[in-house]
Amino acid sequence: MEILLFGITKNIVGASTFTVPASKKSELGIADVASLKGYLKETFPGLCNISSLAVAVNNQYASDHTSINETDEIALIPPVSGG
Amino acid sequence: MERIIQISESIDCTTIYEELSHPDSGGICVFIGTVRQQTNNEEVTSLFFESYESMAISEIEKIIDEATQKWALNKVIVKHAVGSKKPTEPVVVVGASSAHRDACFEACRYLIDTLKQKVPIWKKEFFKNKSVWVSAHP
Repeated sequence: MEILLFGITKNIVGASTFTVPASKKSELGIADVASLKGYLKETFPGLCNISSLAVAVNNQYASDHTSINETDEIALIPPVSGG
Repeated sequence: MERIIQISESIDCTTIYEELSHPDSGGICVFIGTVRQQTNNEEVTSLFFESYESMAISEIEKIIDEATQKWALNKVIVKHAVGSKKPTEPVVVVGASSAHRDACFEACRYLIDTLKQKVPIWKKEFFKNKSVWVSAHP
């Protein structure tokens, strides 16, 4: 499962995408936004220090309960600052 | 209701009047956001903007839908720049035209305020000796 990264999250992870290994996904039961965020924050502790961290699933802001599938386009959305 | 949405390297401010003028409109209101050369008394050398373009466009579409439900608008434009921008350069343009001025004034304010809250675009400020992603840390 590939995660798109933007802004500060790109710096924290050190790349513009991050792939969640399939083994981790099944081992940890990553099936919704909350479990994905938990896994990413544990893997990249710097994500815990930013003001907010939203997740977009298929170009829409997603809630913690939103389920995620292999075919979804998933992105981390740090605090936006356009304008 | 006609709309123009654009996320691009540069913004052409000379076309705004044509883009917003409409025979049923008695007024056009436009907000242009530009690069300010100082933040908290520090000199800004440039700003860098990055967008999640597909989602940004979808969020802008929603904001325009909301604005057109609230006010009777004839045309709306929302444009945002990406890449590196120097002081005084335009980085965002929102505009609306309507039969009477109240609608386009209020819509314009709504468009820029909501864009800043919801649209996935990020700004990095460059100073002489450092750079920071705006609003990233508490």
